[in-house]
Amino acid sequence: MTPRLRRRRRLQLDALLVHALLLALAALILLPFYWMVVASTLDLPQIARYPPRLYPGTSLGRNVRDLLALLPFVRAFRNSLLVSGTVTLSQLFLCSLAGYAFAKYDFPGRERLFILLLATMMIPSAVGLVPWYVMMNWFHWVDSYKALIVPGMVSAFGIFWMRQYTTQSVPDELVQAARIDGCSDFGTYWRVALPIVLPGMGALGIISFMGVWNDYLPPLIILRNVQKFTLPLVVALLANQFNTRQHLIMVGSTFATVPVLIVFFLASRRFIAGLTAGALKE
Amino acid sequence: MRSRRAGLWRDVKRNRWAYVFISPFYVLFAVFGVFPPLFALYLSLHKWDIINPMQFVGLANYARMLQDKLFWKAFTNVMFFTVAEAVPELILALTIAYLLDRFVLRARSAFLAAYFSPMVTSSAAVAILFGLMFAVNFGLINAGLRGLGFSPVRWLERPWPMKLALIILLLWRWLGWNVVLFLAGLQSISRDYYEAARVDGANGFAIFTRITVPLVRPTILYVAILSSIGTLQLFAEPYLLTARQGGMGGRENSLLTMVMYLYQVGFGYFRFGYAAAVSYVMFVIILLVSLLNLRFLGRSDR
Repeated sequence: MTPRLRRRRRLQLDALLVHALLLALAALILLPFYWMVVASTLDLPQIARYPPRLYPGTSLGRNVRDLLALLPFVRAFRNSLLVSGTVTLSQLFLCSLAGYAFAKYDFPGRERLFILLLATMMIPSAVGLVPWYVMMNWFHWVDSYKALIVPGMVSAFGIFWMRQYTTQSVPDELVQAARIDGCSDFGTYWRVALPIVLPGMGALGIISFMGVWNDYLPPLIILRNVQKFTLPLVVALLANQFNTRQHLIMVGSTFATVPVLIVFFLASRRFIAGLTAGALKE
Repeated sequence: MRSRRAGLWRDVKRNRWAYVFISPFYVLFAVFGVFPPLFALYLSLHKWDIINPMQFVGLANYARMLQDKLFWKAFTNVMFFTVAEAVPELILALTIAYLLDRFVLRARSAFLAAYFSPMVTSSAAVAILFGLMFAVNFGLINAGLRGLGFSPVRWLERPWPMKLALIILLLWRWLGWNVVLFLAGLQSISRDYYEAARVDGANGFAIFTRITVPLVRPTILYVAILSSIGTLQLFAEPYLLTARQGGMGGRENSLLTMVMYLYQVGFGYFRFGYAAAVSYVMFVIILLVSLLNLRFLGRSDR
């Protein structure tokens, strides 16, 4: 064997070893989810057995029925969808609009306003918790989704993200041509810029949807009525009140995580590519 | 002077739609961003239970905090979690990002998706799932320990196992996010460096420690400080892991964090003035960390 060939062999062996290692790590990371899904198909004695059973059983249907009899999970799913969906749609519209304005207009004060916007990202959200609740109390928004939706309708991060994307992907000439043709300011955004920046909105949509979907502390403080609870609240309630029914807790956790996981895995390739590219430009 | 002002006004008028387009953010920010911190400062000088009239107490809330053992417990806990989680996380994430960058091409996005998946799930559901993972009798982790010949651990009942359990949960949850950030940093390193090092006969480990680590130093600092800001505001995971032990972090308040304490003081005892003072001290701590962030990042740019 020539030294060169030997070196290539060694590199291939290294690559194989690295792949095996990374694969084992991926399996370890996915294991809790796997166990959760499997355990939600078992009955209580099957879960408690040692060694743990790691293949599906036949009790899923009954577990789901028992769970729905205990707590309004389907309703919580709808509630979470409503709150997250509204925030996401509003963010996509308002962030892309503001991002477009920052990218394609040269207006007085632009730099300062943008720096102010970036600075607001550094304010930790937990700090405003007490005054935020007091405000919601004044507005009579306690136990109302308004408290969870209105403050999140537009975000500094989203505007930052969309400005980057618009600057790179929408040519100035196109904007100018549309204006010369008599397109209004909003019409130029809506008909010229928006179709081009749609891919950038995809990643932002996923980020903001998951952020709201997974939020625990704000709904914990604001929502009182169980019928209005979002999924994380109902799951927590389930675990605290019915802590001996582990199989039902598993079904509840599956309810709260698996739909999001499926959407994520379907979109993951583009999403992660966008995330890495976005992080690069910062 | 007059004409310049007229020119500015003309520019503003010509771009009036731009101001309309960006205004929603600034309006919401004024209401929900500017007002709360100012109001918190005012509140922190008062005694208030949200029902009865406020009572001005000066700096009494801050003075009391200095002697509040629970607050300091929460503070030291959070600082401990920040360091004990960040160090292994950084080493692990950087190593994995390096391996992905150097050896994996085709399956890269599949690996990343697997590592990232804990990040997209709700912290509440994840905390509850890990509560079961760490269960004494049927939890998967004790089953694994038994399989390896160790005796089961009472994870959520003693201070150090509790802390370790939380750190494992955080490592699991945040690893993928940090790998993605590091990978972005690594991809910006020119391949020429690696080629040159290989021509000089450097082995893989030497390349990693002598070339990769120094070149991604800005990313390391960025990731370290970003994750520390996250850990400083930890709530759902420690709260739900110990929720059945009274909501104050369980045995010896081992998992009590600053936001948990803030939550209990404000929404458990309705001591809003004191809670505002706690949040202000937290604000300053996080701000100091953020300023460190800017400082380091600014320096590395030059």
